[in-house]
Amino acid sequence: MNPILECRNLNKHFQGTIALQNINLQVPRGRIVGLLGPNGSGKTTLIKLANGLLQPSAGQILIDGMAPGIETKRIVSYLPERTYLSEWMTVRQVIDFFADFYADFNRDKAYDMLTRLGLQSTARLKTLSKGTKEKVQLILVMSREAQLYLLDEPIGGVDPAARDYILHTIIGNYNPNATVIISTHLISDIENVLDDVIFISRGEIVLQSNVDDIRETQGKTVDALFREVFRC
Amino acid sequence: MAWDLKSDRPIYAQLIEQIQLRIVSGSYPPGEKLPSVRDMAADASVNPNTMQRALMELENEGLLYSQRTSGRFVTEDVEKIMEAKNRLAMDVIEEFLEKMESLGYSTAQTVDLLKQAKEGKV
Repeated sequence: MNPILECRNLNKHFQGTIALQNINLQVPRGRIVGLLGPNGSGKTTLIKLANGLLQPSAGQILIDGMAPGIETKRIVSYLPERTYLSEWMTVRQVIDFFADFYADFNRDKAYDMLTRLGLQSTARLKTLSKGTKEKVQLILVMSREAQLYLLDEPIGGVDPAARDYILHTIIGNYNPNATVIISTHLISDIENVLDDVIFISRGEIVLQSNVDDIRETQGKTVDALFREVFRC
Repeated sequence: MAWDLKSDRPIYAQLIEQIQLRIVSGSYPPGEKLPSVRDMAADASVNPNTMQRALMELENEGLLYSQRTSGRFVTEDVEKIMEAKNRLAMDVIEEFLEKMESLGYSTAQTVDLLKQAKEGKV
């Protein structure tokens, strides 16, 4: 079986600045992976390339062996950095919208998660707080039966209790055939739920490792290793 | 019992220790069915693969066994549980003796002191 995500000599530059340089990467299925790097290291660029929102300058990025396109969008569930849902819609309407748009959307799962959160499906998005809106968006993304979930900074703007909720949602939806890639710089909050980490710095992969291997060989937390690797 | 996991040691190793503790202390009694991997992982806030790995190792040790369709259970072999309990006790004792040694007590002195402490003389 193809790795769910693969990069072969992937390069991306924007008018002279290099965003990603010679990325070679294979991410297998059934993993929860942290894509970790300081601000401006290329995390979002990599995720946008995987979604076909950007085109590689050189090299290839493959999802289940295919270049990003209609076929890969069927199996990739993407949580962007910013919300893009229409403010005037109610929670129920955005669920209908997602169910209409994605064949793999599981409506029951979405309503189940909303109920646990105590959210009314009749509420309009504009009446929700920023953190609640982020949770709704995560519920939408995790309610798809996708093979690759790309979550760009899912825990950035929410309080610690909401962070736990989000991490529980990710664990609770674990599927051995699907991989979840979470980009963040809040490492200590998520490191216990990760299988693997990818460290990215100035557009290059500096480390790809199993997290328990890091703890075993280095005797330190992933957070501590990160601070060491990326010391300013 | 709440899970207490530190991030500077392999999580699976800590899960093994804490599940062992639950078994020898009887909080998971012999023959009891364990919750699903997913539920245990969610409860401990860890990755399901990591929980799976810990449970597999405990299965290899013989403290747990799986039944293909009905799930995973604590062994009914009480002797096996006792062995694990003794091993854990030995670890605690060794650590204690090492600490006492670093304070300058011989093992014999430590034993005396222990008896006195038990009788409330110290």
